[in-house]
Amino acid sequence: MATIINLFKGYSASTRQVVIIGNGISGITCARNLRKKSNYCITVISSETEYHFSRTALMYIYMGHLRYEDTKPYEDWFWTKNRINLLNKHVSKVESSSKTLYFLNGEFFKYDILIIASGSNPNKFGWPGQDLKGVQGLYSYQDLQLLEENTKEIKQAVIVGGGLIGVELAEMLRSRNINVTFLIREKHFWDIVMPTQEAILIERHMREHHVNLKQETELGEIISDDNGKVKAIITKSGENIECQFVGLTVGVSPNISFLKDSEIKTDKGILVNEFFETNVKDVYAIGDCAQFISSINGRRPIEQVWYTGRMHGETLAHSLTVIKTSYNPGHWFNSAKFFDIEYQTYGNVPGTISAPLSSLYWEHSSGKLCFRIVYDIQTHHLIGINVFGIRMRHEIFDRWLSENKKIGYVLEHLPEANFDPEFFVKYENEINFQFKKELV
Amino acid sequence: MKNESISLANPDKHPLNKGTKFSIALISIGLLVFAVSFLNVKLKASYFLPISLSTTIFGIILYARSMYLNEPAGVKNNGAWFRSLSSRGLVGWILGVVLTSFYILLYWFPSFLGLGENGEANTGVIAFFDPLSKLLNGKVASQWFMYGTIYTTCIVALGYKFILKYRHSRYQVFRTIVVIIAQLFLAFLIPEILEGLNSDQAYYAKDLKNMWPLNYYFFDAWHIDNMRNGGSLGMAYLVWGIVLFLIVTPIITYFVGKRWYCSWVCGCGGLAETAGDPFRHLSSKKLSAWKFERYIIHGVLLFSVIMTAGVLYNYFTNTTTILGLDTYTWLRQPYGFLIGAAFSGVVGVGFYPILGNRVWCRFGCPLAAYMGIFQRFKSRFRITTNGGQCISCGNCSNSCEMGIDVKAYAQRGENIVRASCVGCGICSAVCPRGVLKLENRDEENKLNNNPITIGNNSIKINL
Repeated sequence: MATIINLFKGYSASTRQVVIIGNGISGITCARNLRKKSNYCITVISSETEYHFSRTALMYIYMGHLRYEDTKPYEDWFWTKNRINLLNKHVSKVESSSKTLYFLNGEFFKYDILIIASGSNPNKFGWPGQDLKGVQGLYSYQDLQLLEENTKEIKQAVIVGGGLIGVELAEMLRSRNINVTFLIREKHFWDIVMPTQEAILIERHMREHHVNLKQETELGEIISDDNGKVKAIITKSGENIECQFVGLTVGVSPNISFLKDSEIKTDKGILVNEFFETNVKDVYAIGDCAQFISSINGRRPIEQVWYTGRMHGETLAHSLTVIKTSYNPGHWFNSAKFFDIEYQTYGNVPGTISAPLSSLYWEHSSGKLCFRIVYDIQTHHLIGINVFGIRMRHEIFDRWLSENKKIGYVLEHLPEANFDPEFFVKYENEINFQFKKELV
Repeated sequence: MKNESISLANPDKHPLNKGTKFSIALISIGLLVFAVSFLNVKLKASYFLPISLSTTIFGIILYARSMYLNEPAGVKNNGAWFRSLSSRGLVGWILGVVLTSFYILLYWFPSFLGLGENGEANTGVIAFFDPLSKLLNGKVASQWFMYGTIYTTCIVALGYKFILKYRHSRYQVFRTIVVIIAQLFLAFLIPEILEGLNSDQAYYAKDLKNMWPLNYYFFDAWHIDNMRNGGSLGMAYLVWGIVLFLIVTPIITYFVGKRWYCSWVCGCGGLAETAGDPFRHLSSKKLSAWKFERYIIHGVLLFSVIMTAGVLYNYFTNTTTILGLDTYTWLRQPYGFLIGAAFSGVVGVGFYPILGNRVWCRFGCPLAAYMGIFQRFKSRFRITTNGGQCISCGNCSNSCEMGIDVKAYAQRGENIVRASCVGCGICSAVCPRGVLKLENRDEENKLNNNPITIGNNSIKINL
C-alpha cells in the first residue's frame, strides 16, 4: 500500500489538510469558499469526472445543445490557480480513527478535516428486471454515457416516476425522436409538490410534445429478451408496453455505501447537526448525502437540490474558516423547466393547500402560463408563489416574504417583481383583475 | 476525460418531412441558377435573377416553417453540436472555405466574378445582377451591388427563419424585424435609389447608419469632397455622419447600451444575427480569448483613430504626407487591406462556421470598441441575474456569440457588465431557469458583487 503524498507546493507539514469527497456543487462551493477564506491545503476527490461539471446540464449534452466541456462552470486552469487539488479516485473506505481514506486500488490518503459531499444514487425499488440491460436512472456522468449506449437506435422508451428528472429524461428522448411512455403512480404529475392545476398544465404540455402519459399506472415488472435486454414492461394492472429502454426516475437516495464499515452514523443519509457535523469529530457532510437530525427551518431532513447544496457548501466553509455558523437557509426557492415551460417558486406552496392557508390561481387562456399565490387566511400574509411561463425576481419575493407582506400589497406591486425580457406581454393586470374579484 | 460530445448514437434521427424536402429542393434550384450564372452561361438575367432570388427566398421561408412551426415555441437547439454544419464538421469547413474564397474574389479579384473592367460589359454572376441594378440606380451592377443584394437577401430570408426559431421571445422577434427593415431599407434600397437619383454626383456612402469608424473612409479626402460637392444631400450626410458618431451614439449607448446599434441596426451585426445564428456557439469562451480580444479590438480602434487623424491632417493642410511618410501607403492602404477587407470581410464572415458569427464584431470592429467603452463605463445597460436561481448549466455562455462567459457572472449572482456585449438577448432566451434579463437601470449598483447568493441567511454580511 502506498500513501499519496498530500503536501503540495507552498505548504508546510503543519498546514491543515481538508479533504472533500465529491466534486458536485456542494463540495466545490465549499472548496472555493474555503480557499477564499483560508490557507488550508484543499483536496477534492471524485471518481465521476476529473473536473467539476454542472449535473443539471447533463440533459443538454444528450440533446446536443452543449458539449461536456461547456458544462464545466470553471475553466481547467482555475483549480491550479486557486490551489485546489483534484484527485480522480474512488474512495472505498473511511477510517476515522486514523483519519485515513482508502481508495479502490489500495492507496490511502490522510486528512485533518473530512467533508463528505458524495451526492446521490438513483432509486430502485426492487422491481423484477430492474437490473436488465437498457434499464437505468439518470444522475451521474456515467449514467449519461450509459444512456447514449442504451438508447442507440431504439424506438420506444418507458419512464417510470413523475418528477423533475423524469420530465427531463422525456425531453431528452423526444429530442432524438424516441417514443416515450411516462408512467405516473399518482393521479397527477409530481403531486407531492405540485397543486393539481399546475400539474395538469404540465401534463397538457408534455402531451403536446407527444409524451404518452399514463397516470395512476405503476410498474409491475420489466421483461427481458433473449440477450438480457429489456423488451417490454408490464404494469401492475397487467398492461404490456413494448420498449427497448426503461428510465427509472423515482427519486434519488444518498450515496453513502462506502461508509458502511465506518464509525460515521447514517440513516438514509449521513446524520448531521445544524453545523453539518457528523458524530465523528472533524468529519462533516453536506449536500444530497447529508441528513439533518432535526429539521432546519421546517425543511425536509434531506435536501437534494442544486441551490441547497450550494448553501451547505457556503455555510460550512464559513464555519471552518471564520466563525462557527449554523445552517440557516432563507425562504425556499426553486426553479425548473418542463420542456418549453419555465417554472419558478418562492416561499412555500404545498401540493395540497388547506387551512390555515389558501391560494388564488390564474391561468392564461393559452394554458401555458399560470400564477398561484398562497397566503394565510387569517393574516393575509404572503406564504409563497408558483409561476409558470413568467419570470419573477428572486430578490423581490425574498424581501416580501421576509417583510411578511400582505397579499394585497404583493398583488399591487406585482409588476416590480416581473423579470421577463423587454417587450414581453405583461399579465399583472389580468392577474390582479381576476384575483380582486375572487378576494372580495 | 475527452472533451468532446459523447454522442455515440446517430442523434439526428428526425426524418425530413415533405415540406422540408420540397423547400430544400427549391433552395437548391435557386442556388443552382446562381452557380450557372457564375459559369458565365448566357442566362437571360431579367428572367432568371428574379426566379433565382424568389425560389431561394421562398425555399428558405418554407424550410423555416417546416422546421419550426410543427413544434411548440421554445428553445430550438437540439443537435447544434452534432450537426456537421454547426459543429466544425466537414460541411462547416467546406462552407468556411467557400465563403472565404468568395470574399477573396470579391475584394481582390472581382473580374473573376465577371466585373467588366475598363468599360467592358459585366459577365458572369455580376452581369446577372445588371437588370436589378439598372432598375434601382440606373447603372450596371458593380461587385458591391451584387454583394449587397445577396447580403440583404440573406438577412431577410434567414431573418425570417430566426424569427420562427426564437418566436417564444418577443425581444427576439422585435429585434429581428428591425434588423431586417434596417438592412432592406436603410442599407440597401434607399442608398441605391438615392444613388440613382443623384447619378450626376460622385459617390459617397449613403447608408444613414453606417458611421465612422466602422465606415473607415468617411474622413478620407475624396469622400469628404464628394459629400461637400454633393449638394444639400451630401452636406446633410456629412453633418449627420459626424453628429451620429460624436453625439447620437454616446447618448443612445448611455441609455440602452451598444445593442441599439450592434444587434438592432448594424449590417454586420444583422448578418451575424440571422445567417450567422447557427454558428453562435462556436465562439471561444476562454479567458485567454477575452484577453486577446481586448488587445486586438482596441488596437484596431487606435489604428483607425491614427489613420483618420492623419487623413484629416492632410485634408486641412493640403498635404499627402506626415513626417515624410505617405499617408496612403502607410496608413490608408494598410488599414483598408488589413482591417476593411481582410478582417471585416474575409475573416469576419468567411470564418463564421469555424470561429463563430461575431469574429469581426468581437475582435475587430472599431465602432464596437468605441461604443464598448461607453457601455462599460457610462451606460445604464447591464444584464441582471435573478438572485440565486442560476444552475451553472452553461447554456448562456454557449449561446454568447461574443464569447462572454455569462455563467461565470450568473452563478455568482453578479450582473454582467461587459464592453463587448451586443445585447442580442439570446443568453436570456435560452436560460432554462429565468435568470438573465437585459436591463437599463440606474448606474448605481450596476456592478454588484454579492459575496453570497440570495437565499442563504446563514452568513450575515455587513455591506
